Amino acid sequence: MHKLREKIYRWIFSALAFSCLIFLTGIVIVLFKEGLPVFGKVRLFDFLLGKFWYPTYDPPEFGILPLILASFWVTIGALVVCVPLGIGSALYLNELASHRQRGILKPTVEILASIPSIVYGFFGMAVLAPFLQDLLRIPIGLCAFTASLVLGIMATPTVCSIAEDALSYVPRSFREASFALGANRWQTLVKVVIPAAGSGISTAIILGMSRAIGETMTVLMVAGGAAVIPKSVFDPVRPMTAAIAAEMGETPMGSTHYHALFAIALILFSITFIFNIVAELISRRYRLKLGLGR
Amino acid sequence: MRSTMKLVLLAALVFGLALPCYAEKIVIEGSTTVLPIAQKTAEVFMQKNPGANISVRGGGSSVGIASLIDKTCDIADASRAIKDTEMEKAVAVGVDPKAHIVALDGIAVIVNPANSVSALTRQQIKDIFTGKISNWDEVGGSGGKIVAVSRDTSSGTFEAFGELVLKGAKVRPDAIMQASNQAVASTVSRTPGAIGYVGLGYMSSGVKALEVDGVMPSKETVLSTKYPVTRPLFMYTNGQPQGMVKEFLDFVKGAEGQKLVEGLGFVGLK
Repeated sequence: MHKLREKIYRWIFSALAFSCLIFLTGIVIVLFKEGLPVFGKVRLFDFLLGKFWYPTYDPPEFGILPLILASFWVTIGALVVCVPLGIGSALYLNELASHRQRGILKPTVEILASIPSIVYGFFGMAVLAPFLQDLLRIPIGLCAFTASLVLGIMATPTVCSIAEDALSYVPRSFREASFALGANRWQTLVKVVIPAAGSGISTAIILGMSRAIGETMTVLMVAGGAAVIPKSVFDPVRPMTAAIAAEMGETPMGSTHYHALFAIALILFSITFIFNIVAELISRRYRLKLGLGR
Repeated sequence: MRSTMKLVLLAALVFGLALPCYAEKIVIEGSTTVLPIAQKTAEVFMQKNPGANISVRGGGSSVGIASLIDKTCDIADASRAIKDTEMEKAVAVGVDPKAHIVALDGIAVIVNPANSVSALTRQQIKDIFTGKISNWDEVGGSGGKIVAVSRDTSSGTFEAFGELVLKGAKVRPDAIMQASNQAVASTVSRTPGAIGYVGLGYMSSGVKALEVDGVMPSKETVLSTKYPVTRPLFMYTNGQPQGMVKEFLDFVKGAEGQKLVEGLGFVGLK
């Protein structure tokens, strides 16, 4: 009886654990099934490197280069914001903050992570964009720069908490050894702690990138939405996620446009998938190097 | 006691399943511009007439008219009049399309209230949105880069603007694309150099409507079709509507239906 119960529990929990796999497979299958038909109508080369996105015209043009570049453009911008902010705060939290400061700062960062993205989007659209427009005297505040700024702030908690974890994994003995050799706090931090936590910090940055490139609501509201190859940071842009979100609702099912949006989703998925794999590989390799293998 | 309850439940189930079969079914298909009108009016109509069962689909004006000709829909929504070629096809299979105007679509071209420009021609608006003109001093303004604000290319408002003003030309790729009329209006109201366009129902005090070809957009000028960026929206039926289809169209064209139409940002018929 007891054994049977154990077996049942085991069965239930493995079903739950494997359900993730089912969802992932399902999503991948749907993406391929709905996305690939577009290449019957548009050549892969023209799709990826075409400079014009006019899906509803006759004849339509399905060039997603402006959308891909826009996604990378705002993601790089976001990194410029979130890497110094996130890693700087992680270092402070882990190395310098007193117990009390940590007690206040850490939950604050976590709250920042829990704000819904539409709230960020709304803030960017209603407050930040008009403010930057006046401050920088740019024609319009809804542009890649504003989007990068908002995305950067959104990705900061991700970067900060993962980097902080990585720093806390650095064994005490490393620091003690460094101090024992006469190194001061700064030298220990720069020469010992940061290199030791390097993998975790890289992982943090990559996952931050992943977060920024996949973010939808904020870029839809703040980036301006112009499907043009960006020439400056103050150009309005249309990242892949924003294009999908804005167009999916009004696209006839089964049309080339519909399949094209799925193909964009497939590309987006591949990009974040690669990011996540790289992050995983880096963290695994370095953990082993440090003797912290799981 | 128990068996009576079972019987009642069974009866309820059978009745509940059977009921929709007896309801008169109306299929509406066509223009995505007319889609919100069809959806909203069908929803209210079904609440008032529990016997009615209306299914509404988008797909575009051409799709709707093709379905009407194939007799797979009862009402075809269209944001344009039927084409001669379509009429010929219909006549060939014995279908007699009848047009019913259900609303008017008037699109106001708006700028920031601080802008000194107050009138443009359709040609100038077209040149602005296609990228030929990119500074306000080229159209009599006080200078400064023009920020063109457009609706997303899959929206009905974009479709109407594209047809009536751009005449099929492509909108400049660097135009700001907004997902709703509301967003276009609020962007224009906050951006001194912006120009955009919204359905007449979305005008607000934060933006200034321009005269187009010398006519100010208003309910009156749209109704009289003097205002050039105006188009009627149709529902087509096969022959004179009868039964539930007639009741539905009367409802849409009546006072209550037209109130719903105005609530959606279109111009009502009265």
